[in-house]
Amino acid sequence: MKRIHVKANGRDFEHEVEPRTLLVHYLRETLNLTGTMVGCNTSNCGACTILLDGESVKSCTMFAVQADGREITTVQGLAENGNWHPMQTAFHEQHGLQCGYCTPGMIMASISLLEENPDPSEEEIRDGLEGNYCRCTGYENIIKAVQQAAGQTS
Amino acid sequence: MYPVPFDYEVAESVDHAIELLGEHGEDAKLLAGGHSLIPLMRLRLAAPTVLIDLGRVEDMNYVRDEGDHLAIGALTRHRDVHHDPLVQEHCGILSYTAGLLGDPSVQHRGTLGGTLAHGDASGDMPSVVSALEGTIVVQGPDGERTIEALDFFQDYLMTALEPQEVITEIRVPKLGPNTGWAYKKFSRRSQDWAIVGVAAVVEKNNGSIDSARIGLTSMGSTPIRARAVEEALSGASADAVAEAANAADEGTEPASDGAASADFRRHLARVWTRRAVEEALAR
Repeated sequence: MKRIHVKANGRDFEHEVEPRTLLVHYLRETLNLTGTMVGCNTSNCGACTILLDGESVKSCTMFAVQADGREITTVQGLAENGNWHPMQTAFHEQHGLQCGYCTPGMIMASISLLEENPDPSEEEIRDGLEGNYCRCTGYENIIKAVQQAAGQTS
Repeated sequence: MYPVPFDYEVAESVDHAIELLGEHGEDAKLLAGGHSLIPLMRLRLAAPTVLIDLGRVEDMNYVRDEGDHLAIGALTRHRDVHHDPLVQEHCGILSYTAGLLGDPSVQHRGTLGGTLAHGDASGDMPSVVSALEGTIVVQGPDGERTIEALDFFQDYLMTALEPQEVITEIRVPKLGPNTGWAYKKFSRRSQDWAIVGVAAVVEKNNGSIDSARIGLTSMGSTPIRARAVEEALSGASADAVAEAANAADEGTEPASDGAASADFRRHLARVWTRRAVEEALAR
């Protein structure tokens, strides 16, 4: 077992973890942050996407021990004082989801995308989200949601 | 699936990593970004008994201008290689490929040294670094040595790295204004492995070709240089490209698998070599 310390959604945590514990399982099972989903388990689908020190990563392809000392944001850490993050609002208003399973990862990847490129073209949004699969929407409303969050539409 | 249990060590420095490798023997593996190794461990295709995490070693993440070449720290992440102004200016093919492989979240973790150490012939970087004739700097118990990319990739997932060696740096040439480049990747779906990939680095001279270096992805157990094409293009005019590219599959041994037959891969190598060289000439 290894002792790790992480800051997740603004709170400090310290736990003993087995080295093989994947970050996504640590988040879901130890921290109860079940908003972060397990999808393909092979770093393809993006359902488990979180922010690590502000950048999108796939938490199924990282060991919890690698996150020692780092800062994590999951979809459950986005709202402030009960107000959604603008990306959450945009996904809601543009109906960028149907079943909702990919949505937490999709939102985290979209936030990382705009952090890197605040005014992306449609093609840049599609490329930027290539690591996140949605099997319901056909992506159209997801693109619109990211455009809304970028202030490109209202 | 969960990986087989293992012990976890944090390397404080390259020397410490070498020491730990010596201590734990051949079943220890180095962990960099983990985006090749962790999937393999999850599939239980790899079961190291000890992981030595290089992720805390600070001074292996850099890009430096060294005159005729760029020196890139082995732990430089793909996303940082993609965005680095020096790489963009002097080695566009490397920046382009770092931004193409996987997806942005994968690029935020995966490292240049890691993908080369993994040595997958269907990975994009090994063939690009081969076409660039890059150099891989490694450190071991007896000190530092440099390995040419061509000598580095020895067989399927097998490199010239000795059990106690660590990749510390990758050196790639700075490409001048007369050097065109392209990396063309054929895959069915976004972020798939290349069914075939072609890296072309072409020295141009008033519309004709001085020399060309062609690296092939997924055409054998290692990245392969298309020597017959390179010879045919040496000193050739741009009109010679289509015919030269027909030799792209000479000396290759592509696999037949669920993604494509060997014959289809040979066909793709010829077509995409032509397109890659044409694109390199136009750039």
